[in-house]
Amino acid sequence: MSTFVIARLTFQEAARRRILLAALLLGILFLVVFGLGFHYIMQDLEKNIGPSRLMLNEVRNFLLMAGLYVVNFLTAMMTVLTSVDTLSGEISSGTVHTLVSKPIQRWEIVMGKWLGFAGMITLYLLMMGGGVMGFIYLRSGYVAPNPVSALALIWLNGLILLSISLLGGTSLSTLANGVLVFGLWGVAFIGGWVEQIGAYLPNSSASQTSINIGVITSLIMPTEAIWKLAAHNLQSPLVAALGFSPFSSTTYPSLIMVIYAVLYLIVAVALAMRLFSRRDL
Amino acid sequence: MEGCLAAQIAARHPSKIVPSQPGDLIYLLSVRISNMSTSSPAIETRHLRKTFGDKVAVKDLTLTVERGEVFGFLGPNGAGKTTSVKMLLHLTAPSEGEGYLFGAPLRDPKVRQKIGFLPEHFRFHDWLRADEFMALHADLYHMPRDLAHRRIPELLDLVSLTPHAQKKLREFSKGMLQRIGLAQALLNEPELVILDEPTSGLDPVGRRLVRDIIRDLRQRGTTVFLNSHLLSEVEITCDRVAFIKHGEVIRTSRLQDLVEGELSVEVRLRNLRPEAIEGLSRWGRQVRLDGEHLTLTLGSEADLPSINRYLVEQGADVFALRPQHISLEDLFIEIVGTDGGL
Repeated sequence: MSTFVIARLTFQEAARRRILLAALLLGILFLVVFGLGFHYIMQDLEKNIGPSRLMLNEVRNFLLMAGLYVVNFLTAMMTVLTSVDTLSGEISSGTVHTLVSKPIQRWEIVMGKWLGFAGMITLYLLMMGGGVMGFIYLRSGYVAPNPVSALALIWLNGLILLSISLLGGTSLSTLANGVLVFGLWGVAFIGGWVEQIGAYLPNSSASQTSINIGVITSLIMPTEAIWKLAAHNLQSPLVAALGFSPFSSTTYPSLIMVIYAVLYLIVAVALAMRLFSRRDL
Repeated sequence: MEGCLAAQIAARHPSKIVPSQPGDLIYLLSVRISNMSTSSPAIETRHLRKTFGDKVAVKDLTLTVERGEVFGFLGPNGAGKTTSVKMLLHLTAPSEGEGYLFGAPLRDPKVRQKIGFLPEHFRFHDWLRADEFMALHADLYHMPRDLAHRRIPELLDLVSLTPHAQKKLREFSKGMLQRIGLAQALLNEPELVILDEPTSGLDPVGRRLVRDIIRDLRQRGTTVFLNSHLLSEVEITCDRVAFIKHGEVIRTSRLQDLVEGELSVEVRLRNLRPEAIEGLSRWGRQVRLDGEHLTLTLGSEADLPSINRYLVEQGADVFALRPQHISLEDLFIEIVGTDGGL
């Protein structure tokens, strides 16, 4: 019960803050640019290449994946920027004192905040992901393979970053927390590319090391690996055959990585609850 | 059965709100009954201790606050007052020792259902409107909606903030924030109210308001635990006080006994043998002879004639005997010393 009071408060707070407004406007701007871009590209192609459906669909798929790549990024950005301050700020200002001195358990506060932000992430992703895919469908009737699982994986990415952000917030200042979360995300990102490149090198020890680096970074922060799986599920067979593309890869994780990512998220939230319960305020 | 209990409650607390719906009554009863059946003191601590690494913030907090009393907590800066309050509310976990609020251990959140708290450095979600802020805290107290709807305007009126109910807290002055903080503490008709420097940001009108509220709470049988620097406020409102220094309770007394009883006495005399001075400790403390001036602190006026007789019997020539009641400030400095602060 108290958890939902905090969840509602968190949601309300985020909704009234300017940073959410900025993320929203940026998101809408992106959708508009994407929509226009997609429309004109397709218009151009349809005129010049002719009605070769296969070719058109490849382009549509490519653009859709590019769009969702940005959606993944924007969702991550919005998640971190809105949630990085929630515990750190309240602890350092003392706002948390009148909350914690109520008949509420500490873990309920963490859970409530998590739920509030998760709700926001969900709505944001529905708007953005739905916007990209919806526009493509409306404009050209194209639906990529596995759209729902792709969105679900992007959603998982958002929730993972949220959990780390709350975990950091129990013990770090806002700035340190931000550095931690973005730092981890960056590590995952670079690791993903190192692994990708390693996969293309001819079989050598360097190649194997690169791949290992990629695996380790994806264990440290699974977000990039999860995106790769989403991208793999979305890509058309031709792109898969071609191999290299900025938004997809040949190496992709298995279902085990998804299970790992979910466990990772659960452990992060549980740890956040535990640390916050013990923290002197 | 319900009617009978309701009558008992009304008899004990005549100024309480009258529950107008069965749901309210059951709610009020369920919380009351759990407190009625036990006779545990409002606050009881045994050797509570808090260390931060090497630093000892609270050395040994052992005190008991009975139900219905207004208890003042006095001490210099850095004595451990705020840390003690934080331990009571489990904002900070004690390193050692135990404490109970109405018989329940400090870490149990359920007992905070009937506890109101106003922190010293009160900060609230300033993007909330005043009425939304009160509604949030009512929800956190698990108050039924309609009870909250009636209680919130009552309390905003009590702290003279009704005209500002629709304003965002970020537009409030410090004094207004402190008053709404007090209102929030009183939302759920608490059995115990803990106030950490409740008048620090208020003008004299605000301070009188708080004093009146505390007096009203006392009449209803609510226990009040008050941390304050403003000795004049403590003098007016408290029943008992505890003096804390270096993280330890040095003395606990009824205010009446402290202030009415204690006197400082100045005697102008000659020819008092130094050995005779020790004999004076039978009646008084802090006996000091400085040339012709003897000063000491007496427990009560009744001892004055005995002192006079003793001095004369010891062969001293007494020229003047001047008793004077000690103010709480003098007492504070005497008990706590001038070296206690940071």
